[in-house]
Order: sequence, then C-alpha cells, then structure tokens
Amino acid sequence: MVEEGVLRVVRSGGSELNFRRAVFSADSKYLFCVSGDFVKVYSTVTEECVHILQGHSKMVTGIQLNPNNHLQLYSSSLDGTIKLWDYLDGILIKTFIVGHKLHGLFTLAHAENSVFVTINKEKPDVFQLVSVKLPKSSSQEIEAKEVSFVLDYINQSPKCVAFGHEGEYVAAVRDFYLSVYFFKKKTTSRFTLSSSKNKKHAKNDFTCVACHPKEDCIASGHRDGKIRLWRNFDDDKKYTYTCLHWHHDMVMDLAFSVTGASLLSGGRESVLVEWRDATEKNKEFLPRLGATIEHISVSPAGDLFCTSHSDNKIIVIHRNLEASAVIQGLVKDRNIFTGLLIDPRTRALVLNGKPGHLQFYSLQNDKQLYNLDIIQQEYINDYDLIQIELTKAAFGCQGNWLATVEQRQEKETELELQMKLWAYNKKTQGFVLNTKVSMPHDDHITALCFCNARKSETPTLVTCSKDGYFKVWILTDDSDIYKKAVGWTCDFVGSYHKYQATNCCFSEDGSLLAVSFEETVTLWDSETWELKCTFCQRAGKVRYLCFGRFTCSKYLLGATDNDILCCWNLLSCTLEWSTKLSVRVLEPDRNSENIAAISQSSEGSDLFVFKPSEPRPLYIQKNISREEVHWGVFVPRDVPETFTSESYQWLNRSQLYFLTKSQSLLTFSAKSPEEKLTPTSKQLLAEESLPTTPFYFILGKHRQQQDEKLNTMGNELVQLPVTENIPAISELLHTPAHVLPSASFLCTMFVNSLLLSKKTNSDEEIPDDEDMEEKESDSSDEENDVTEKVQDTNDIDAEEDIIHQLSKSEEKELRKLRKVDYSWLAAL
Amino acid sequence: MAGYKPVVIQTYPVLGEKITQDTLYWNNYKVNFSPQPPYNYAVTASSRIHVYGRYSQEPIKTFSRFKDTAYCATFRQDGKLLVAGSEDGGVHLFDISGRAPLRQFEGHTKAVHTVDFTADKYHVVSGADDYTVKLWDIPNSREILTFKEHSDYVRCGCASKLNPDLFVTGSYDHTVKMFDTRTNESVISIEHGQPVESVLLFPSGGLLVSAGGRYVKVWDMLKGGQLLVSLKNHHKTVTCLCLSSSGQRLLSGSLDRKVKVYSTASYKVVHSFDYAASILSLALAHEDEMIVVGMTNGILSVKHRKSEAKKDTSSRRRRPAYRTFIKGKSFLKQRDDISINRPSKKHLELYDKDLKNFQISKALDRVLEPEITIKTPEVTVSIIKELNRRGVLANALAGRDEKELSRILNFLIRNLSQPRFAPVLINVAEIIIDIYLPVIGQSPVVDKKFLLLQGLVEKEIDYQRELLETLGMMEMLFATTPTKESTFTLEYKSDGVLENKIES
Repeated sequence: MVEEGVLRVVRSGGSELNFRRAVFSADSKYLFCVSGDFVKVYSTVTEECVHILQGHSKMVTGIQLNPNNHLQLYSSSLDGTIKLWDYLDGILIKTFIVGHKLHGLFTLAHAENSVFVTINKEKPDVFQLVSVKLPKSSSQEIEAKEVSFVLDYINQSPKCVAFGHEGEYVAAVRDFYLSVYFFKKKTTSRFTLSSSKNKKHAKNDFTCVACHPKEDCIASGHRDGKIRLWRNFDDDKKYTYTCLHWHHDMVMDLAFSVTGASLLSGGRESVLVEWRDATEKNKEFLPRLGATIEHISVSPAGDLFCTSHSDNKIIVIHRNLEASAVIQGLVKDRNIFTGLLIDPRTRALVLNGKPGHLQFYSLQNDKQLYNLDIIQQEYINDYDLIQIELTKAAFGCQGNWLATVEQRQEKETELELQMKLWAYNKKTQGFVLNTKVSMPHDDHITALCFCNARKSETPTLVTCSKDGYFKVWILTDDSDIYKKAVGWTCDFVGSYHKYQATNCCFSEDGSLLAVSFEETVTLWDSETWELKCTFCQRAGKVRYLCFGRFTCSKYLLGATDNDILCCWNLLSCTLEWSTKLSVRVLEPDRNSENIAAISQSSEGSDLFVFKPSEPRPLYIQKNISREEVHWGVFVPRDVPETFTSESYQWLNRSQLYFLTKSQSLLTFSAKSPEEKLTPTSKQLLAEESLPTTPFYFILGKHRQQQDEKLNTMGNELVQLPVTENIPAISELLHTPAHVLPSASFLCTMFVNSLLLSKKTNSDEEIPDDEDMEEKESDSSDEENDVTEKVQDTNDIDAEEDIIHQLSKSEEKELRKLRKVDYSWLAAL
Repeated sequence: MAGYKPVVIQTYPVLGEKITQDTLYWNNYKVNFSPQPPYNYAVTASSRIHVYGRYSQEPIKTFSRFKDTAYCATFRQDGKLLVAGSEDGGVHLFDISGRAPLRQFEGHTKAVHTVDFTADKYHVVSGADDYTVKLWDIPNSREILTFKEHSDYVRCGCASKLNPDLFVTGSYDHTVKMFDTRTNESVISIEHGQPVESVLLFPSGGLLVSAGGRYVKVWDMLKGGQLLVSLKNHHKTVTCLCLSSSGQRLLSGSLDRKVKVYSTASYKVVHSFDYAASILSLALAHEDEMIVVGMTNGILSVKHRKSEAKKDTSSRRRRPAYRTFIKGKSFLKQRDDISINRPSKKHLELYDKDLKNFQISKALDRVLEPEITIKTPEVTVSIIKELNRRGVLANALAGRDEKELSRILNFLIRNLSQPRFAPVLINVAEIIIDIYLPVIGQSPVVDKKFLLLQGLVEKEIDYQRELLETLGMMEMLFATTPTKESTFTLEYKSDGVLENKIES
C-alpha cells in the first residue's frame, strides 16, 4: 500500500552532467560532478554512481575538494549557499549561507578558511570574483557574510578564472582582456590582445584560461582555435606570449597536468590534444570522443584525466591517453525527432542519442544502457554541415523489429531519405540491420507505425509521407536453396485525393488502419487494403491520431491543428464527442483504456487523463510545466502500484513520462518529497581493497602480515588470532553435534588453541622492529612505497631473509596447530 | 573509443536473374547448332536415326532402314546396341557397328513410341499406341510378356537400372504403371491427372518422376506411389525429363520453349534455359558435358560445357606458410601470465584511409581511376556523396588540370543519365560548371566534353518530357474508365459547430 500524497511533477533523472568541470577525489577513485540540484559521486573504475549528494535547492554551480581535508567536498549553488560534504558517507557537514547567487567556486590551499566565489551584482552581465571567509563554528548552518572583493568584470563561467601556482595570483579572462591579480602586491594587471583593436570581427576573444602549477605561466584559449602561453606577466611591458595552434574552432577548455609538463586542450573537434613541453611539435591526440569537449579536468594524483562532453557524458582517460571509463547520462544536446519510445524488451526509454545513434536509457537506474548506431557513418562535427538526422523510429512485434528513418536535406529539391529495418538477434542480444530502403517516399516521412496485433502472422509496417501516399511494408521470405533470407518489401501504396498523409495508426487488433490525410481521416481494412470509411472534421489538419484500447476499441481519437479533440465511434461512423483543447501530446496507455492529453495554454501545460467512452476526465492537473511539453509516453510498471484514490488509479499500471522543450524529463510521483525517487545510494566502500597488480602478488602477502602486526602493536594488546583461522575451532563448529566428544574433553583443547605459543612470538618480534620504517610509507601510497624500496637496495637482502624466516616460523605454527587439531579426533 | 567508420557504399539491387552456383554451372554451355534432332548420341528424326559423336557436329552414323517414322532410339548401357520403335509397330535392334537391324520384334499393331533395355541387358521393353506394353527377349527375339492394363496410348517408359524385372510406363490414360515381369501384372498404378508425356526413375529406383500436362510430379515408390511433390513451373505441356549425372538436378523441357533445372533436394527451380522453339526431347551427356535438345522446328541444339579454366599456380605470389598465421595461437596461458591481446586492425580501403586523414582530393582521385569508375561506379558515387556530406565537394573538385577534369567529365557523361546516380551527379555537374566556367575555351578537349554533356542533358530532358506526356495520356485513360464504387455523402451535424461527412 502506497501512502498517497499529492501527485507531484518530479524530475526523473537524466539531468546534465557536463555543466561544470568534474572533480576527482585525492586518490582518483571517485569523480564528482554537478547534476542539477545534486552532486553525483561516481566510481572512476566501475562507472557506477555511488552517491548522490542532495541538499541544495537550486542548481549547483561549483564543486571543489576541501584543500585542508581531502575527504570533504565544498559545493556552491545558485541558492546562495556553500555546503561542505563528507562524500564517503554522503553526509552534509555544514552549510554556509552567503546570500548572493553563486556562479562558481574556487578553493586555494594557501588561503585557509576562505573560498572564492563568483557573484554578480546589480547588472546582469557583470560578475565579480570575491573571497568568502568561512567562520569556524560547530553549528550546522553558519552565516558567512564576510566578503572581500578580488576582481571585477569577469566572465560567468568558472573556466575563465584560474589560480596560479602557490596561489600567488589569479587570472581571469573576458572578451579581449586578460586580467591578473597578484595577492601579495594587491595589484591588477590587464592585458589586451593587440589584434582586437584593429579588426572589427576578430575572433580572438578569450574563451578559457589555465595556470601552470609550477611556473609563472598562464595558458589562454581563444575563439579562433589558438592557445596563447603568457609569461613575464608581472611586468606590464615586458610580458611575452607564444601561440599554439591546432584547433580549427573555439578552444573549449584547457588544463595543465599536475606536474605542468603537458597542457591538455579540447574543443568542437572532439579531439583531446596533449601539448608536451608547451611546444607545437610535441602533440598527442585522442580522437573521436564523440562530441564537443566542454570541460577537461585532471586528477590530483595525476594518473587520470576526464573530459565532459556536450552529449552529457564524462570520459575518464588514463595518463597514456587511453579512455578507460565512460559515464553517460541521458544524451540531450540535440533535437529529439523520434519522440519518446519504449523498448518492449528492456522497457528502456528510447530516443535520439549521440549524432546518428538511438539511445536506450534505463529509467529505473537512471543510466544509459547502450547506443545503437543507426546511421553508421563517420560523424564530422562542424557548425555549418547539414548532418543526416535520425527522424523517426518505431518498435514492432514485441520488440523484434525496429524501423528507423533518416534524412538529410541540403536544398529544397535534394532530399536523401533512408529507411532501415532492424531485427532483434537473440544470440547477440542486439539489433541487426535487416533491410535498407533508400528513398522509400519522395518526400518527408511524417509517421511510421507497426501493426502490433498478436495474431498477425506477417509483420506489417506503415509509413506516411508528405508526398501524399502511405505505404504498407511487409516481411517476405526471400530464401532459396542457397540461403535463408527475409526482407521487407512494399505491399500496398494508398492515397487519398493526393492530400499529404500526416498520421497513421493501427487498431489494437490490427484489423483497421487509420491514416489521416490533412483534414480527413481514412480507415482501411488491413486484410484487403480497401478504403472503408472516411471522417472529415473541417477543423484543421489532423495532428495526432490514436485508437482506443480494450473496452474503448470502438473509438478513434484525433487532435487537430485548430485545437479540437475529436472522438469518433467506429461502429456508427459518427462523431461521438469533441472538445476544444490545444493538444500537444496525445498518448494512449498500452495497459488500460486511458489516454493522456497534454495541452498548451498561455500559463503552461495541462494534463488531462480520460477514457474515450466517458465524457468526464479521470484526472486533470493544471500547469504541470511552464514550458511546452513536446513528447510524452506511458511506461509500463514492473510492479503495479495500488492507488485506491480514483484520480490516481490511472497510474497503477503505467507511469507517464514527458519531455519538455528544454529537454527535461519529468514524471508524476505520489510519494512525499522526503522519499527518494531513486533508491540508488549505496554504501561507499570505505575499506581500501588493494588492486591486484603484479606488485600485489609480490608484496600483498607480506603486507597483510604487517597490517596484522600493526594492529597488535597499535592496541598494545596481545591480539587473539582470528577465530576463523584456527582449525580446532572451525572443526568444533562444523562437526555435527552427535559425533562430538563430551564438552569437558574439548574444553582444555579449546582453551589451548586460543593461547599463543611463546616460541612463535619471539620469532616474530625480529621482523617487527625492522619493518617499522616501512609502515609509515605503506599507509600512504603504494607507488611511493615501491620507489622507496628500490632506493633502499641495501635493505633488500635483509628483508628477503625476514620473509624466509617468517615462512619458516609460520610452517612450524601450522604443524603445531595441525597436531592439536587432530589429537582429539584420534581419541575418538 | 569508436574507431573510424568506413564510408557506406550504396548497394543497388541486381536486376534480372540472380547469380547463383547453379546459374554459373548451367550457363557454362557453349551453344552449337546442328541442322537436325547422346559420348555418342542417337537422334531419331523422321525415318532415320543419326548417331553423333562426342565432339563433331556431323552424324557419324545413320540408320535408315525404317519404312516409317522412327521413335525413341535408345542405347544399351554398354553402348553397343541400339533399339528404336517405329510408326508401323516394329521394334528394331541395331548393332552400333553394323547397318542392318540385328533383330526385329514384330507384335505391336500400332506405332511404338517408347523402347528401353532392362537392367540385365537381355530384354527390351516397348510401349505402343495399341495400349499394350511388351517385353522382348533379345537372344531369340521372342515376345515374353504382354501387359494390357493401359486404356490409352503408351507414350513413355523407363526400365529400372537396378532391378531387371521392374519397369514403369506412362500412358495417355493419365496413369503411370510399374510392372514386375515376375507377376504378369502391374504392381503399382499411379494417377498423374494428365496424359503422361514422360517418366523417369531415379538411379536408386526409389523416386519416380512423371511429366504430363503442365505438371511434373515426383512420387515415392517405396511408399507405394505416394505423391511427394507436384511442380508447376511451366506454362505449357512438359514433354521430356532428364536427370543430371550427379543426380542433384532434374531437368524438364516443355512446349513453352524452356528447360528448367530443379534441385532434387528442395524441388525449387534453380535455373532455366530458353530455346527458340517448343522442346520435344532432352538429354544430358556423361558428366553433364553436353545438353542436347530437340525442338519442333527440326533443330537439334547441342550445348557443350566449357571445361573449367585451370588456374595456373605458378604466377601466384608466394604466400606465408600456414604456421606463420597460427604462430603463438597454440600457446597455453600459465598461471601468472597476463595475456594482452592486440586489437585486430580493421581493414580500410585506400579511399577510406585518405578520408580518414582528410585528404579529400586524393580520395576523389582514387575513385576516379578507370578500374573503379567502370567496374564499380557506385563506389565513386558513394565517395562523391560522402564528400558532399562533409561539405568539401567543391574543394575536392577544384584545381584540376585538363587530364583530371576530362576524367571527371567522362564519368559524368557515362553515368549522369542513370536514375540511381542522377541526384548526386547533377550536383557535381553544377559545381564543375560553376568552378570551370571562367576557363572554358582554353582546352579543346574539355570543351568537347562539355558539349557532349550538354547534348546528353538535352536528350534526357526530351526523354523525360516524352515520358510525362505518356503518363498524362495514361492517366486520362484511367480517368475515363468508370469506377465501380458508388459514393454517397451523409451530412451529420452536432451542436451546430461540427460537421461530419462520411463517405463509404
């Protein structure tokens, strides 16, 4: 039983991950990124979202690690607060209330207790960089009003502000200016690009800036694709800069590696460029990253990079420029032509994804399942190129078939159309191209639908086109003695007075096909393809068309351009009812008779849920969104809910998702706001398990023993051996009770087994002392450990002996235990 | 990350006949015509039997001791004896080396249309228009048995190749009967449904094929004559049947001037031959070397199969040994080994390599090579399309000298009028005219090509206009034919706002 609150419109995942630079944790195991009102914590290895830090009421605009404690994370938001988080447990530690809208957040190791934020005052486009003093207090919510001004007239984007090495200066760029503020001298130098004065349309304005971590060097990216490296900027006159040029389009982001030996840059070309030694000759590339690189960030340990892309994806890249993980959100950067579809097999949401791809997105896990490459051509990312667009897609026959339409139109007369039919392959669990039809119609395809009736033996597809025809495609067997082949061929071409065919729809049982030709709706018998009946409303072009289901299958619904929703009775061939409603989405529920209509009014979008047979709507919710709703879809629930309230019953079997103009995916929830929408937060694995590297095989065993010893030393107590490891005890516990000797007989043996023999202890003490130096280094980092070992070559021989001794003493102990173990068994 | 995706080469459906293994096999016959209608072959025509050699197109022997028309000359299995029936009811047995008949079997009262040797080689079976089937003994030229079970002309027959006592005959009374010489009567009788023109036993003797009317039917004799499959692929009477030497294919000849080849596994037509006239008889030589067809116009068509061209191995480049490829593949992973697989390199065509490196002009040059433009023009068109999609077509076409330009123009002239390439190539032609308009008149070669192209376009426009005219005429004709459907309109009003018009 679900507690019934008020039905609310909630955002259903899929928010953007590429809004700001992602931040790595100090050990490079986790990656933080802002996502709407949340901060998401991802594992860099498994690509899994391990935590969602929620608490901000508005968009999060910046995140930074606490420089004083690398297990804590600062986040700033438009709601005017800075929050401090423990990201391992996902706990909010403190909230600092600043008061202004915060647009960016920066931290400095040297500036204790203060952070830098970008705020804007008065004018909408003028931003300031200010430092905020974070007062120390034990309370949860602290007012931090102590704001000191640093730089004025900067860019809103945090990409345009960078702090120099040791925190000596801060560089900010805007338009044609580079301003540098020196904290010690408290002076600002401003550099203007010379060419910008002469040329009117010079495209060399600044886009981003980065500072060298070791030297006095600033790198700036420009709109014309150049990277400038500025030096000697502490002097207004003697400053110099060098140019690096590879990008042909705007440089989107720049980042220096931790050592400063290489500079990373990315842009619209979707190629990550690594400039070694700041020279134009030494460059390395990582091409085909899929979409425009928006942000680049570097892990503090220096072993990983990551790039955020415009298609809502973060790629984790190794130091040697090999992509190791892809964190992919719902791809949102392009227009949705296909609308929202549901894959009947996986129940995933299917819509346009990467260019030329169809994305399968799991709504339950808020995770992209996979991309299906439909267009299968090299994607060239360029502004003025007319790309092939994936315009229509439809699933048929319980997910066995997928039809897609792609088009490219350069000029009015030059239309390239291609229809592809994909068969689901059970063996590979994926779609395989079956038939390719080039130019299925002479003009744009307006609608596409499969006959989904269970009884139909041959899969049937109908396409409607602006050329005035609708075509029926059926699957035919073309196999001969040489090979088995099935393919789709055109079976019937229908038209109605040369009007443009705008929509098509099959009835539930597949016996009728409704095709709308502008203002007229025609009904066709799907057996003989005879025209049965026409309906004409004279109320504008029919925009949406759908049949009722189950008990309402005798009704046909149509929504027209002139904001009229009509319902026809197919038995009497008459108009049952009509109403004035500017329908934007008309979506039938597959599991019930309900139909959802989302209408557009001046205030916002309204939702109406109704049955075609009843004149009164089941449910009305006004103003579900301020924006225009473009697409909607009913997703069948895995477990039916049990809402008793009549107005929510329509949500029992399916859930309604809809997509607004700004491409936010929304749904309805009756749960209270406190309850989490997706129970995805898992406990972070705080225990540090060592990765199995070859070093592990050599050192792992040795180290474990050391760790154990460390424990015993730390506690200043004689640590009992772990009970599971003693054979006597495990035998005692695992032998059936009826074969065990009496308890008095076992008692002494049991107690003996728990005692530590003196001899082994004395053996162990020797290595303990010698290893003391090493323990320090072990706890911090493995790599350092190894290098240290190599350095201490003198100790190696001694150590080897120790290992040898250890194993001997261990053997003795084992032998002893074995004796103890079986003595009582012999007594039996 | 995803690698470079090669350019998709648009494929076009191959019109006409599909090329399969069978079409390749059966198309491999040279056509020879001899002026009349089997190693050697016997042809019966009018009152003569001609024996033709394996290679020559002249008859090497002629038997002409017939008073009337001879029918159905048949060699014995060893090829030494030849038997034929005749219009006057006689059955004549010839030695292949002699001229006069060795034996004459007299007993039929009407024309003998079918004769055959039994499997033991010492008996002859004959069927005649007097509705009887007779079995003759060769050594003493006596009639052994007479079957009078047919009720119409017996026009075809076939002796089993395994059992000397079994043979089948087909008759115009629509039946096929299997006779056993040990029982004096037919053992199986099959109803074909049409007058039977030809029967054929499979070498195993288990299947029987009969042809009559437009049907070819296959019967399972082991199940007592159950119909296995009925084929209706001819649209006139099927007159003759024949099996290929391997037994994998069945051939049927028909009055519709076609010989069809069936697969005996699936009984689907895999190939078809066309002939100039209606086909009366059909035979295949040993190993399918020849296919001989006799037609109603008196022509005997002999097709020899081309011997398969032997590939000379000497010129082939020496390839690396087999062990080179399996090197290291058999290595077993040890316990602590970590296997690192090198990603397999994807093979890219040369033009793809150029496109990958953004060398657009070079890529275009490559696909304008004569071997590509002539053999696979779709590759060239696909690359042009790809360049257009990348927005660099004009750049790739620009800056070309006389030779290169004339090459592009040649390609345009050859392919511009093809409807499948036209949308892409018209665009190319427009760009070329735009680019090279200022330099026109400098080279007579290029000017000539431009004029050729112009002529071609004008011709195409005229052609399209004619087509439209024809289409217009046809539409007018269609419009004048009365439509069957009656149309009535019903007006329905609700609330005074909406109007519903229903047509049915």
